[in-house]
Amino acid sequence: MSLKRNILDLRKRKDEVLKGGGDKAIEKQVAMGKMTARERIKAILDEDSFHEYDMFVEHTARDFDMEKKVLHGDGVIIGTGTMYGQPVCIYAQDFTVAGGSLGLMHARKITKIMDHAVKMRVPLIGINDSGGARIQEGVNSLAGYGEIFFRNTMASGVIPQISVILGPCAGGAVYSPALTDFVFVVENISKMFITGPNVIKTVLGEDISMEDLGGARVHSEITGNAHFYSQSEQECFEQIKKLITYIPWNNTQKAKTFPEIEPKSDIHIEDIVPVDPTQPYDIRNVIKSITDDSEFLEIMELFAPNIVIGFGRMNGETIGFVANQPKYLAGVLDCDSSDKAARFIRYCDSFNIPIVTLEDMPGYLPGVDQEHAGVIRHGAKLLYAYSEATVPKITVIIRKAYGGGYIAMNSRHLHADFVFAWPTAEIAVMGPEGAANIVFRKEIMEAENPEEMRQLKIAEYKEKFANPYVAAAKGYIDEVIEPLQTRSILIHALEVSKNKVDYRPEKKHGIPPF
Amino acid sequence: MEDQTPKYDTLIVNTFECKTYFTKKYQNRKHWELPNPKEIRSYIPGTILEIMVEEGQAAKEGETLLILEAMKMKNKVQMPFDGIVKSIHVKAGDKVPKSELIIELE
Repeated sequence: MSLKRNILDLRKRKDEVLKGGGDKAIEKQVAMGKMTARERIKAILDEDSFHEYDMFVEHTARDFDMEKKVLHGDGVIIGTGTMYGQPVCIYAQDFTVAGGSLGLMHARKITKIMDHAVKMRVPLIGINDSGGARIQEGVNSLAGYGEIFFRNTMASGVIPQISVILGPCAGGAVYSPALTDFVFVVENISKMFITGPNVIKTVLGEDISMEDLGGARVHSEITGNAHFYSQSEQECFEQIKKLITYIPWNNTQKAKTFPEIEPKSDIHIEDIVPVDPTQPYDIRNVIKSITDDSEFLEIMELFAPNIVIGFGRMNGETIGFVANQPKYLAGVLDCDSSDKAARFIRYCDSFNIPIVTLEDMPGYLPGVDQEHAGVIRHGAKLLYAYSEATVPKITVIIRKAYGGGYIAMNSRHLHADFVFAWPTAEIAVMGPEGAANIVFRKEIMEAENPEEMRQLKIAEYKEKFANPYVAAAKGYIDEVIEPLQTRSILIHALEVSKNKVDYRPEKKHGIPPF
Repeated sequence: MEDQTPKYDTLIVNTFECKTYFTKKYQNRKHWELPNPKEIRSYIPGTILEIMVEEGQAAKEGETLLILEAMKMKNKVQMPFDGIVKSIHVKAGDKVPKSELIIELE
C-alpha cells in the first residue's frame, strides 16, 4: 500500500519535471517553429528507447535571488537510447527552462553523459539550444563550458561526436560544436556566433541581422563551421539517421556493412567526363556511378564546392570519398577546399574508413587573396592529412593532375596504396602552354614565326606529356584502366587492403599546420 | 526546349582556360590594391574621437593627426612622413568601418 503511494509520488515528481519551462515557454518554443528538447531526442532515437537521467538535478546558484527559482533539470536533458538498435548517448538543452542557459549543474549533466559516452565507446549526440552562459552563475558557467570543451577534445577521434544546432548557440558555447565531428544546422533556427549583432553594432557600427551574421546558410556556405544544412528539424534528424549508418560506433570498430547493391544502371560512367580538359562536369555523378546503389552522402555540400567529400559504400563497406569538382572553380585546390578535405581525411583515418580519391584538378587557385589568406599553410593540411593516414588510400586520376596539386591529391609519393588512372589522365608538372613556353623558350624566340612555333611546341608537349603513360613508366601509376573498370578495380583494391598494416613513428602527436 | 548550354565562367589555372561555375565566396573576394602611402585609412573600425589637424596644415612625421577609439582603446593615428594634410574626410564623433579613407596627405 505504501509502495503505491511512493510510486505515485515519483510519477508526480517526474511529471513536474517533464513540463520543462511550463506551457507558456513551450508555446513560445513552438511558435518559433522549434520542437521541444524531449521531442527532438525522441525524433532522433529508436522509438521508446530513450532513458533520461538526472531529471531531479537542481541548480546551485544562490546569488541574485536565484535560490527561489526552480529550473527543471537545470535546462538540459541527458540520457541514453538506441539508433538502429545500437546504443548512443545524447543530451539536449531545453530552451524553455531559463533559455537553456548553462549553469554549473547544467554543465555537470552534460559532462556526465559525455564521460559515459567515452567510457562505453558509443557516439555522443548534443542538441544545442541555449541563450549561453547563465550570467547569475558567473565564473561557474565558464568552468562548465571549459569542462565540456576538454571532454570534446578527449573524445575526439575515439567516439563519433555529433552536434545539432537547433536554436541560438552564442559566445563560448559555439566551441563545443566546433570541436565535434559533424555539425548540423537548420535554416531560420540555428544561429551561431562569438559576438552578436548588438555588440557588433555598438562597437563597430556594422548593422547585420542574426541570420546574416551566423545563420544556417552562412555557416554552411561561408564559414565552413556546419557540415549538414537542412530546411527543417525533421529533415535534419533524417540526415543524422543517415549519417550514423555510415560510421563506426568508435575508433576500434569498422562501420557496419550492408549487402552489396550494384550502382543504378542509368548512370553511364563513360558519358560523364568530357575528354576536353577545360570542360566541366559534376564529379558526384562519377561517384554515384561506382558506389553501391549509386548512394552518396555528401558532407559540407555548400562550403568549398570545388572539392567534394562524403560517404558512399562499395561492396557493402563504408568508403570516404574525396574528389575534385570541375563544376565549381574548375576543381582547384584553395584554402577552403584543402581545409575541408584535410579534416575529412583525418576523420576517416581515425574511424577506420578507407579513402578513395578521385582526381581532376588543374592546380591551385591563383590570386593575392589566396596567398594572403595562407594557401601555403592551408594547402599543407591536405598533404599532412594524406601522409599521416594509415587507412587504405586509393586514388583514381580521371583527368587533370598537375603540379603541386597532383602530389597533394593522395599521390603515390604521399604513400597511396594504389593509384589508378583513366586513359584521359594528364599528369605533368605544369599545363602544356606554360611548360612549352619555358622548355622551348629558345626555339620559340628564334623561330621565324614565334607564335606558330609556340603552338607547335605546345602541341608537342601535350602529345608527349599530357597523358598517364609518363607517370606509369615510372611506376607512379599502378595501372591505366578503362573507366568502366573503375568500380571493380576499386573493390578489388579495397579487398586487398582489408588487413592493411602501416606504422607511423611513435609520438605524442604531430604538429599539423592547423 | 530549355537552353542546354549553361553559362559557365572561365577560370584560368595553370594556363588551362577552364569552363566552370564561380562560387559566391570567390566572386565576393576582396581585390588587392597597392596601398597608397598618401592615404590614411582606418586600420580598425571605430569612432573618431578627436581631430588635431586642419586641412592645409603642415605636419611632421610622428605628429598625431587624430584619435581613433576602437575596442576601448584610444589609438593615435600619426603622420607617416613630413607633409601637408590635404583633406580630412571625417569629423569628431564619426564611426568609421575598417579601411575607410580618413585623411589624404601631400
